[in-house]
Amino acid sequence: MAVLESRLDVRSDAYRENRARMLEAIAQLDALYAEAAEGGGDEAMARLRSRDKMPLRERISLVLDRDSPFLEISPLAAWRSNYAVGSGFIVGIGVIQNTECVILGHDPSVRAGAFNQFNSKKLMRGLEIARQNRLPYVQFVESAGADLRGEGGGDPEASIRREITHFAESGRLFYEITELSKLRIPTISVVFGASTAGGAYQPGMSDYNIFIKGQSQVALGGPPLVKMATGEDADYEQLAGADMHTRISGLGDYLAQDELDGIRMCREVVAHLNWRKQGPGPTMPADDPIYDPEELLGIVNENLRVPFDMREVIARVVDGSRFEEFKPLYGPTLITGWTSVSGYPVGILGNNGPLMSESSEKGAQFIQLCNQIDVPMLFLHNITGFIVGTDFEHQGITKHGSKMINAVANSTVPHLSIIVGASYGAGNYGMSGRAYETRFSYTWPTAKIAVMGPKQMAGVMSIVQRAAAERRGLEFDEAANAQRAEIAEHWAEERSKGLYATSRVADDGMIDPRDMRAVTTISLSACHNNKVQGTKEFGTWRM
Amino acid sequence: MAHVAPDQPIRRLLIANRGEIARRIQRTAHEMGIGTVAVYADGDAAAPFVCEADLAIALNGSLPAETYLDANKVLEACTRSGVDAVHPGYGFLSENADFARRVVGAGLRWVGPPADAIAMVGDKLAAKALMAELNVPTLPALEVGEGTDLDAAADQIGFPLLVKAAAGGGGRGMRIVNAGEDIAEAVASARREALAAFGDATVFLERWLTQPRHVEVQILGDNHGNLVHLFERECSIQRRHQKIIEEAPSPAVDATLRARMGDAALAVARNIGYTSAGTVEFLLDGSDFWFLEVNTRLQVEHPVTEAIAGLDIVREQIRIAEGAPLGYAQEDLSLTGHAIEARIYAEDPANDFLPASGCILEWQPDDTTTARFDSGIESGSDINVDFDPMIAKVIVSAPTRREAAGRLARTLERTRLQGVTNNRDFLVAALRAPAFLRGDTTTDFIERVEPDRKRLLSAEETHDALIAATICGQARRRAKATVLQNVPSGWRNSLMPPQTVRYRIGGVEMQVDYRACRDGAFDMTIGQVSHVVRVFKQENDGVDIEVDGRRFYAEVSQHAGRWLLHGPGGDVDMVELPRFPTGALATVAGGLVAPMPGNVTSVRIKTGDYVSQGQLLLTLEAMKMEHRIVAERPGKVSRILVQAGDQVDNGALLAVLEEHEE
Repeated sequence: MAVLESRLDVRSDAYRENRARMLEAIAQLDALYAEAAEGGGDEAMARLRSRDKMPLRERISLVLDRDSPFLEISPLAAWRSNYAVGSGFIVGIGVIQNTECVILGHDPSVRAGAFNQFNSKKLMRGLEIARQNRLPYVQFVESAGADLRGEGGGDPEASIRREITHFAESGRLFYEITELSKLRIPTISVVFGASTAGGAYQPGMSDYNIFIKGQSQVALGGPPLVKMATGEDADYEQLAGADMHTRISGLGDYLAQDELDGIRMCREVVAHLNWRKQGPGPTMPADDPIYDPEELLGIVNENLRVPFDMREVIARVVDGSRFEEFKPLYGPTLITGWTSVSGYPVGILGNNGPLMSESSEKGAQFIQLCNQIDVPMLFLHNITGFIVGTDFEHQGITKHGSKMINAVANSTVPHLSIIVGASYGAGNYGMSGRAYETRFSYTWPTAKIAVMGPKQMAGVMSIVQRAAAERRGLEFDEAANAQRAEIAEHWAEERSKGLYATSRVADDGMIDPRDMRAVTTISLSACHNNKVQGTKEFGTWRM
Repeated sequence: MAHVAPDQPIRRLLIANRGEIARRIQRTAHEMGIGTVAVYADGDAAAPFVCEADLAIALNGSLPAETYLDANKVLEACTRSGVDAVHPGYGFLSENADFARRVVGAGLRWVGPPADAIAMVGDKLAAKALMAELNVPTLPALEVGEGTDLDAAADQIGFPLLVKAAAGGGGRGMRIVNAGEDIAEAVASARREALAAFGDATVFLERWLTQPRHVEVQILGDNHGNLVHLFERECSIQRRHQKIIEEAPSPAVDATLRARMGDAALAVARNIGYTSAGTVEFLLDGSDFWFLEVNTRLQVEHPVTEAIAGLDIVREQIRIAEGAPLGYAQEDLSLTGHAIEARIYAEDPANDFLPASGCILEWQPDDTTTARFDSGIESGSDINVDFDPMIAKVIVSAPTRREAAGRLARTLERTRLQGVTNNRDFLVAALRAPAFLRGDTTTDFIERVEPDRKRLLSAEETHDALIAATICGQARRRAKATVLQNVPSGWRNSLMPPQTVRYRIGGVEMQVDYRACRDGAFDMTIGQVSHVVRVFKQENDGVDIEVDGRRFYAEVSQHAGRWLLHGPGGDVDMVELPRFPTGALATVAGGLVAPMPGNVTSVRIKTGDYVSQGQLLLTLEAMKMEHRIVAERPGKVSRILVQAGDQVDNGALLAVLEEHEE
């Protein structure tokens, strides 16, 4: 297989500027990770410690095999919201007894581990990762239940008008937990504290329950609700304690002496799962790229109009920088080809310009070929969209784009999607965006993702409004329009930032470009817990 | 009995011994073209001396008395293996005149002195009487038996005095008594030990010089009337009356004194018709010396003489046994340079040099300097409670005494020896002591100079060891990972707590926190101190690392939870604490535990007894030495868990005392 030849000039001013800007973005991320790691803050952490309880991140560190990697999913969920950065739950993929697991934990220091919209979305994403990839599911439960305080403040009428979620739609997580079990994906709960009302079903639906002496409290109704419902003055330990559940009710399977003991038991349970991955695993040489991954910092300009060659990224991620390019001379705005990452064979689709008719057809063909040979795909986004214009419509760009989206949507091999530069509009769909059953999706710190560019969006709005004014014969207020456009562009810009997408759990997290290889490896390895199988069945091709 | 000198060379030699000396004799025999036969006790079946012999005969037994001390079994082994000579080594049957007679009677050659010579000086009291006849000065001595008035005898000798086994050697059955009230118990216990060790309970009292030197003269005689001495050795540095550092020549002996002592030794040898190698031991004080005893065998410390005299004493013994004349006279011999030997024992200097046992997990003699290692072990060998716990002798010779002492200390430090508690660090401290370097070596050296009993690790050494073990541990864990092995160690995308490993090192628990950096280095924190650790090589058995700019290589091995390291400062032994503790065994308050593995020989208390501080409660025999368990404080015996005859392990609970107010 040919080795990619790099043309990156690491002594150029452009490289230095790109790198400096990328390092700034990474520094901002690191500050946010530090904020997320503080959980509910020093006071809440001190309170935990005073009760011989460990912070959630310590619990998770202890359940993992020493020195094994841990990929936290959506660690910056709820940034720029009314909730703590990270959302109060941690979800991640970690290795326990050489078994990759999805680990979910409620952070007791953040509003007592209560549910909110952000962490619920994260939790559901964790269950989805477990189901799609067949990963055993481990949850560290300790939750006050739903956060009844809501977002707090403001006009209650405005609040009710904004809301679209309703209780009647809730509870899906319990469905998902038992569905995992049905799919022969083991589910394990370690209950570190209170888990009452709905929360009681988190252990209730699990295959294995580890309760901690003097700490776990599991009941459909806590003493206040029991008092209200039946008038009984219930003792919490008698009603819901770990001792009771492991000796009397049988809801608990293992009685741990303390948190450390519970974590040890959790590791023992995973050790007996007899877990066998169903994918074939790595089959190719797993040598490092010949180019320094550090150089990934200087490839992408924050101004996404400055083009770059996606091969420079590929050369710093894949095994031995090897890449067998498919159809290099046809539809060159989409790079396609085969290689491997840490020995896992992978087909890569990378943007080197907008998707044209030829590149869309090429993409559709490549996706079918990967399905034919059961090879997962890695989509590297830098896409402003499918090309627009009269000539292109005449050529059938919509038709050809639809073929690529058909292929992406119906493909059954695992897809990984990494937004390196931009990912706008239907280009995002064609490149297996978040909504396309993509197994994992990540975003680079300087990436942008939106329906279109902010300037374009503001411009389009101006044109439409000017046309509407003209239709009605009204005078168009240029000054007001300019102001509106400026505001629209500003907010479109804010919403298009990768950090906004990641905070809304619209991806699985931002990644430091230098971590591309590690993140891709962990993701592919997770996928290989399930069968890696392509399909010959696609929607009708619009020929 | 005349020592017949056949004029045929020995073809096949049985070595009636074990361990390092069996191996050392094999080496010379093989060099001389002589085949070797080993004999072995059950516990020695895998020992190097057995594997390296041409043939080995099982003695089927585990204790000395049923194996190496059993003359019948050894003679039977001679018959079965068709040897034509026997070398007895030292200890065991080496000074047993009856055995020597039976060997010769069986038509075999005895690589040692004539049986009559052995018998003549075997009884130390008889030997003393002989010395008086020869005008060789001796210390006053008196035999004591069951009915002796000990107080009167002690008065006659004067305090301090030494209780000594008549048939003894190697410090066994010896007791120093400073005052009258201790004499009865000292004599009784010396008799017990002598009986157990030598089958003869006879003991005598002898004047005890408090600050003499122990100086001995090596002699060599053939069957043609030629007799020479190979100068002196000084063996003053002793603990438990056993030598641990020996040297030649003695820093206290000049040419005149050397000639006087040599003449005295030769006079003794000539008088008893001595042939082969032997040693005449003296006590030296200034320029006065007193005869102590004759050892009619090869001595443990013979290599220092070999180094300065340029002779292989075992080779000389074999040549003599083959009937060859020495071929040189006293005036042909000269003394070159200075040699020092250190004996590494499995013992705990910090705990009164009590013998230790267990498996030698790591043994790697230093190969960066020239030194002679005489050892009977290798990595994985067991130090068995039934036999002498010597691990190795290390001998260095150099042009000057200062160089020899320095190089020997360095060699010991750089030798990797782990798994069993040993005296290596103590030997190093002794060799580096200014008093030793001045040649100020008297038999009370250890008590007077007090070299450090154990090496205390500096904070830097401790951190280096913790870091090296941690780097190696994480490398091993990564290598063993079956998923995501290709991802960097401890990779994280968000901010998670550091990796932690806890250890116990030097009795203190310490935690290492670490994170892998993007460039492959590690940020490590121990206590409040942070280190940047760059890794150049991480192998299964060692790491090449740079800690805050200090680069070194450390050999690392792991045996269950134990980490054994060998870095630039020497060996470090530490324990990794389990990540998930499952409850430690509580120690029993007031519990008396066995200080070493051994046999309970007597229980002097009953449940319910009130005991006073210092009262003797039990006796243990281990490594052929009696050990007394005394009450550390007054109390009431609440439980006794053993009875006489029980075999107990190190740390076994023997009895429990309740505190009580007197």
